[in-house]
Amino acid sequence: MPESKEISQQNVAAAREAALSAIASASTGEELKAVRSAHLGEGSPLALMNASLRDVPAEDRAEAGKLVGGARAELSRVFQEREVEVSAAEEAIRLESERIDVTEVATRWRPGARHPLSMLMERIGEIFVGMGWEVAEGPELESEWFNFDALNTDADHPARTMQDTFFVAPQDSKLVLRSQTSPVQIRSLLERPLPVYVIAPGKVFRKDELDATHTPVFHQVEGIAIDRGLTMAHLRGTLEHFARLMFGAEAKIRFRPNFFPFTEPSAEMDVWQPNAKGGARWIEWGGCGMVNRNVLRAAGVDPEEYQGFAFGMGIERTLMFRNDLGDMRDMVEGDIRFSGQFGMVV
Amino acid sequence: MRVPVSWLAEFAQLPKGITPAQLHADLVKVGLEEEALHVPEISGPIVVGRVLEFVDEPQSNGKTIRWCQVDVGGETRGIVCGAHNFEVGDKVVVTLPGSVLPGPFPIAARSTYGHVSDGMIASERELGLGDEHSGILRLAELGLDPEVGTDALELLGLNDWAVEVNVTPDRGYELSIRGIAREYSHSTGAKFTDPATLPPSASGSPKAGRPEPTKDKSNPVPVKLLDESPIRGRQGCNSFVTRVVRGIDPTRPTPPWMASRLRLAGIRSISLAVDISNYVMIEMGQPLHAYDLDLIKGGITVRRASNGERITTLDDQDRELDPEDLLICDDAGPIGIAGVMGGARTENSSATRNVLVEAANFDPISIARSARRHRLPSEASRRFERGVDPEVAIPAAERAVQLLVELAGGTADSNVWQVGEPVATEEIELPAGFVNSVIGTEFTEDEVMSTLRALGARVEPSTNLGSGLVVEPPSWRPDLRDKADLAEEVVRIRGYDLIPAVLPTAPPGRGFTREQRLRKSAAQLLAASGAVEVLAYPFLSREQLDLFEPGVEACELLNPLDWSSRYLRTSLLPGLIEIARRNLSRGLVDLKLFELGSVYLPATGGKPLAISLPAGNSKPSDAELAELESAIPNQPLRIAGLFLGDSILRQPGQKQVHAGIADAFEAVGQVVRAVGATAEFEAGSRDGLHPGRTAIVLVGGEEVGFTGELLPSLAAEQDLGPRVSVFELDLAKLIAIAPAEVVALPIGTLPAATQDLSLVVPVEVPAARVLQAVREGAGELLEDIRLVDDYRGEGLPSGTKSLTFALRFRAFDRTLTATEATAAKMAGVASAEKLGAQLRE
Repeated sequence: MPESKEISQQNVAAAREAALSAIASASTGEELKAVRSAHLGEGSPLALMNASLRDVPAEDRAEAGKLVGGARAELSRVFQEREVEVSAAEEAIRLESERIDVTEVATRWRPGARHPLSMLMERIGEIFVGMGWEVAEGPELESEWFNFDALNTDADHPARTMQDTFFVAPQDSKLVLRSQTSPVQIRSLLERPLPVYVIAPGKVFRKDELDATHTPVFHQVEGIAIDRGLTMAHLRGTLEHFARLMFGAEAKIRFRPNFFPFTEPSAEMDVWQPNAKGGARWIEWGGCGMVNRNVLRAAGVDPEEYQGFAFGMGIERTLMFRNDLGDMRDMVEGDIRFSGQFGMVV
Repeated sequence: MRVPVSWLAEFAQLPKGITPAQLHADLVKVGLEEEALHVPEISGPIVVGRVLEFVDEPQSNGKTIRWCQVDVGGETRGIVCGAHNFEVGDKVVVTLPGSVLPGPFPIAARSTYGHVSDGMIASERELGLGDEHSGILRLAELGLDPEVGTDALELLGLNDWAVEVNVTPDRGYELSIRGIAREYSHSTGAKFTDPATLPPSASGSPKAGRPEPTKDKSNPVPVKLLDESPIRGRQGCNSFVTRVVRGIDPTRPTPPWMASRLRLAGIRSISLAVDISNYVMIEMGQPLHAYDLDLIKGGITVRRASNGERITTLDDQDRELDPEDLLICDDAGPIGIAGVMGGARTENSSATRNVLVEAANFDPISIARSARRHRLPSEASRRFERGVDPEVAIPAAERAVQLLVELAGGTADSNVWQVGEPVATEEIELPAGFVNSVIGTEFTEDEVMSTLRALGARVEPSTNLGSGLVVEPPSWRPDLRDKADLAEEVVRIRGYDLIPAVLPTAPPGRGFTREQRLRKSAAQLLAASGAVEVLAYPFLSREQLDLFEPGVEACELLNPLDWSSRYLRTSLLPGLIEIARRNLSRGLVDLKLFELGSVYLPATGGKPLAISLPAGNSKPSDAELAELESAIPNQPLRIAGLFLGDSILRQPGQKQVHAGIADAFEAVGQVVRAVGATAEFEAGSRDGLHPGRTAIVLVGGEEVGFTGELLPSLAAEQDLGPRVSVFELDLAKLIAIAPAEVVALPIGTLPAATQDLSLVVPVEVPAARVLQAVREGAGELLEDIRLVDDYRGEGLPSGTKSLTFALRFRAFDRTLTATEATAAKMAGVASAEKLGAQLRE
């Protein structure tokens, strides 16, 4: 057992000096631990002095106690401060040793992607839903009546030959792969109460071989609005709004006379694409017109009371214009690099 | 429709020097869309020359060339020529240095065969006039004797050009120079002269204007119209006009101006008589037929074919006729399929001297069906299908007669024979304000009236309606049948640019449907977790169908693009496999693909329709609609995925993780969670899938699809590599049975007690059943249970496995003690013992 020294100014000061010096020179947690036991622990000089206080005469005890207690309190404070410093320094060293190259962090999920045609159809749906329209759907394998007859395209219309449309066996089932999204017009009018404002994006089929500008399976979006008092001016207003959201605020619409069996008057619609790569231009975007009165009759709508407009455009074409795509085949082959360019945004 | 500009200028006043771009712009305004421009690729100087002399010079290569001296107007040029079909004094076409022939083939003075050839004497083919290349073109063959030095480009019509415009199927009259000139006039206000009202000149008709049909005389070739089975109630032939021209000279050539215009219009020159009928057809829009009068036996009857009847057409094809075919017959049988193609027996030939010209008006549908049936689309059928002006037959026949007289030296019989009556257009009531109410414009009634009159319609105030108009469309506009048609005409002529833009206000909408929203969520979630959406074609081969559903019944296309891929998909997986193979072949070997799309299941529909298709212009009865719907096969919306290669790629600090069954299961879980439901898996089996690695996916106890690993042999056969996982879910069904609303439970906040539990069970007992048994036994204190390990092997009885679960217990009203938690756990064990489970010590 170490021997207790006499409590004196000199001895306390010496013990204090020795402790302070030891604390200051300790630079690791280990060293601090040793310093604590040597200078602050039970066997340390100041602890022994403290223990010997009881032997100090009563009249001197208060002063001696103050002397020893003051030194111990100071050392304890300094020790704690040093302990914080050392542990911070040690932490800094440890963290530095854990430094990584943040440009090579492992990524477990590879980026996936939606198909841009799907996203574009959803975007178009949102635009029209924002105007209070609804998104309607219909079967891809469709009755000829919905695909043709009801759309004022009777049995002798050239579109009904084997050249353009895929027919499905047996012949007398009168089924086709729909050649347009227009049958959804009829379905919407039959199913919904008037007025009807619907948009119908979807897959359509025509007998074209796949090449840079054709594919036998492609997508269209059809719009139809039937209400009291709708005019071709409303058609134009709707399409201009749509065009601006698709092609930029400067986009505008131009109509050219054309013929479709299911509209009268009919128009071919060009859009001024201000943001085209290579310079602003007019592009053929789709067909439109006032719904033919026979189409309304087919859906049981009285054309003397209700009228309205319809329009349709190709989604592939729209995507090609918006995103400067050159080859239709990229959209149908499923090469992951194609959709990968779009990710989750179109 | 190709429109030579010189021809158009005959009937519409064109500005001098009009450019193709301007002409296209003027025509597109009234709906004639630009298709192409046809400009002969030829430029001068190309002139008429006269051969003054030549020397035949044999060459060492065995050829003999002619060294010619040619007067090209004021100067003589030495030209080397390889042809020998000309004599001194012949007038020929000389292409001088600096000119360019089609090819392009620039002409320069060049040294050849020991001479400098200062130009070239051209053949028909070199000039782009035709195929003739056996010798040079001698102008005398074309009946020409121009001055030497004359510009040959103008002489031969080679300085003309044509615009090609798309004529919409409702406007048959625009398939004529007459119609295009009229439309040009509508677009620009230019003066229009109707060729159908030009005075007859050479036919010897007694008075100006269109000739009147001959009456009270017996026709040398009497005509009968006989249609006992009209198609859709419409007579096959409404009116049949014939004219006779005798004594034509069959050796006369087609004049270059006519040949040039026909060529620009896309019609090959054949012989003068045929060229004249084509020329008049292009000019007036009335198809004509010229028969050799002397070959016609007796009179003409227009009738439907009888069963088994045959005809040899002009193209020397022997054709079997259909009872729907409309025929032109003489007393010996058919001499033509009406409006489609003439017969060989009465064909015009080089011996023909007397001609019968036919200008008939046939029903569009009858002609369209015959043309399609015999695969004989012709210039004539194209016009009849779209509607020919019934009033143009007489003037067109007259024009043909004039040309046969003027150009072929014939003598016209002045009689105009017409059988039947042209069908008149029907009057349309046009209420006041109707046009504006459809178009959204503010045209005055005067503007409406004057526009319709400019179109050629007769317009009178309506006596019926009190206000508004009665409109009788002109004879060439059978397409105008409804007041909406008139509204279109008014705005078309006045300009589509006048339509204002007004955004309509739709009533409040319901937004996307639940199915639309959830469908999108599912796709977004899969893409966000690394899968790439693809859109495969739905056309499959029998082999592809059989991969997963051997012998499955599938819808079949009658006219597929590729006969072997004529089936419609009943599963999305074969399409995904095809796309995976394409990616693999391009070196893209780590794939997570998914598709969201319909399949076509013929089980319910695809049967013959019990009714004929209802008419299109009125609403079918509910029963008819139900029948139509019942024939349509079920087309459920599916979502499917395919995973192969590495799911996590090798990279610093990360070993590669092969794509496996876990990826497919995880994707299924994501899709099911995306729609607000929870997936359960049950061991199952399916064709094409690994028998030990296939799960049926259940939601709320209902089967919604499957997931699993491809049979290794199938994967190898498809070159997909060793481990390929797939899933396919019926998304529409899944969404339908998923809970529509979340019922939220209160969240306990008192401390939880967690314990692990290991149970030894027979290997064949599914972990999910053990977990479920523990959950049921442990009761409501068990907040969560999760399988954390499946151990098999040393230390366990054979035929068993040890399943370790992590359990979390919590009570709502008190802090659980360990004793309570253990008691609950042991209750769970007791429940699992029914499955043969034993607590692992």
